[in-house]
Amino acid sequence: MARRRGHPLRSPWAAVRVWLSHHGRSLLVSLGDLARAPLASLMTVAVVGISLTLPATLHLATRNLAALAQGWQESAAISLFLSPGLAEPETQALAEGLARRPELAQVRIITPAEGLAELREYSGLGGALDLLPDNPLPTVLALDPAAAVAADPTALTALRDTLAKLPGVDQARLDTAWVRRLHALLGLGGDAALLLAALLALAVLFAVGNTLRLEVARRRQEIELMAIVGATQAFVRRPFLYAGAWYGLFGGVLAALLATLALVWLQAPVGRLAALYGTEFPLQGLDGRTLGALLMGGPLLGLAGAWLAVGRHLAACAPR
Amino acid sequence: MIRFDHVTKRYPERGEALADLSFELESGEMAFLTGRSGAGKSTLLKLVGLLERPTRGKVTVNGRDLGGLSQRQIPYYRRELGIIFQDHHLLPDRSVFDNVALPLLVSHMGRAEMARRVRAALDQVGLLDKERVLPTALSGGEQQRVGIARAVVGRPSVLLADEPTGNLDPDLAREIMQTFRRFHQAGVTLLIATHDVALITAMPYRTLTLDGGRLLIDSGIW
Repeated sequence: MARRRGHPLRSPWAAVRVWLSHHGRSLLVSLGDLARAPLASLMTVAVVGISLTLPATLHLATRNLAALAQGWQESAAISLFLSPGLAEPETQALAEGLARRPELAQVRIITPAEGLAELREYSGLGGALDLLPDNPLPTVLALDPAAAVAADPTALTALRDTLAKLPGVDQARLDTAWVRRLHALLGLGGDAALLLAALLALAVLFAVGNTLRLEVARRRQEIELMAIVGATQAFVRRPFLYAGAWYGLFGGVLAALLATLALVWLQAPVGRLAALYGTEFPLQGLDGRTLGALLMGGPLLGLAGAWLAVGRHLAACAPR
Repeated sequence: MIRFDHVTKRYPERGEALADLSFELESGEMAFLTGRSGAGKSTLLKLVGLLERPTRGKVTVNGRDLGGLSQRQIPYYRRELGIIFQDHHLLPDRSVFDNVALPLLVSHMGRAEMARRVRAALDQVGLLDKERVLPTALSGGEQQRVGIARAVVGRPSVLLADEPTGNLDPDLAREIMQTFRRFHQAGVTLLIATHDVALITAMPYRTLTLDGGRLLIDSGIW
């Protein structure tokens, strides 16, 4: 029987070409199958897309808040409230002495008059302030620590304690507790995004798996026939795996679009909020890594879901 | 060559379909398998096609013990066979050409070679002009011939047929048998299950008659 079998004189390269063209065809055929049942496909893509959007959006929100907090961290300033009655030249001398310290990047004197003006402008207490017989505010030295010190909470606290003991200084205030709390919250947000991503990845797995399970059941006759005429399991499985990958890819694209849409929608309210604080805060969009994770992770999840669903059915086709 | 050594197949639901069956078919031989329905004809064919495995005993095809084939090897073994069904199992949403091409498609054959072989197979059953048609547009006899073309397109060394003329009128049935004889003359081993006694007595071929899963009569080699 050897005489009638095989494909004589087929070169290895030709075999590879045939194999590649078969894969390309499966890829297109599976795409065509999706298009043939557009409503069902769309619903699966929507489930996958929304499942991926949630963690992606949470991740973006956390990232933006972290960027915002980074700005605050850098501006972690120390305020020195000077003793009332410290004369102008002594204040000046103290400021110059501080400016020479390597731990400090910048020293600014806020006179009581400037302090009052600032308070009037930002607090909305304008009228009430006018009732005060005289200016109760002390002179304040606003200090910007050097970058190396600013990044280290312990060094900042130590610096604050040293400065508090200087003659002429009434009080030294370093307000970083809330920055630390914010960072803890952001860390929590990041962890929550990861947990949510893990849970929703399972949802994607099951959504794709279930869709393909139905598809396998619908095409059972064809699958059995292919097995009878000598199709390997890999051959039978392939179009379903590709379909799963397509679902994942389209879901990933949908998630990227939805997350971007959410950002665009939030841009205006965030802008207004930032304006109230007298700053600008441009929201960071989808970065390359997140986009990559969506466009790679989506198809991989779809593939895994397809593998799980189809593998079990194929095992049932084995000879008993 | 097909050889059964003391083969028993028992189903949990309906007991023994084959009981201690032994016979041997020479390479290139053509034989009929007959008996009442439920006598074990379909089971025997399924064991040869490795669609099922025997409960006991050994089935050897082309010198290979089928019990020794792993799950991975089964597809490659099946490519040595052609199987024809009574209800022809054609895919209704694929053209005649695509239906016949299926066995070649699964073995990754190049397009040009595939088209050549499919047309040759369709030519052998006289359906070359129907390659673009959907199977549902064909008559019962034509559909059965598409099924035959699909079974032979891979140039199998063994051809199995389960009631291939079951739904056909006598003229069409004879025509199908003539097609089988041509394959026999080309050196293919054929095993054809049928209960159409009138048809097979008119033809000079070996007949195995099953009854209750046992070999009742073996007419011997012609």
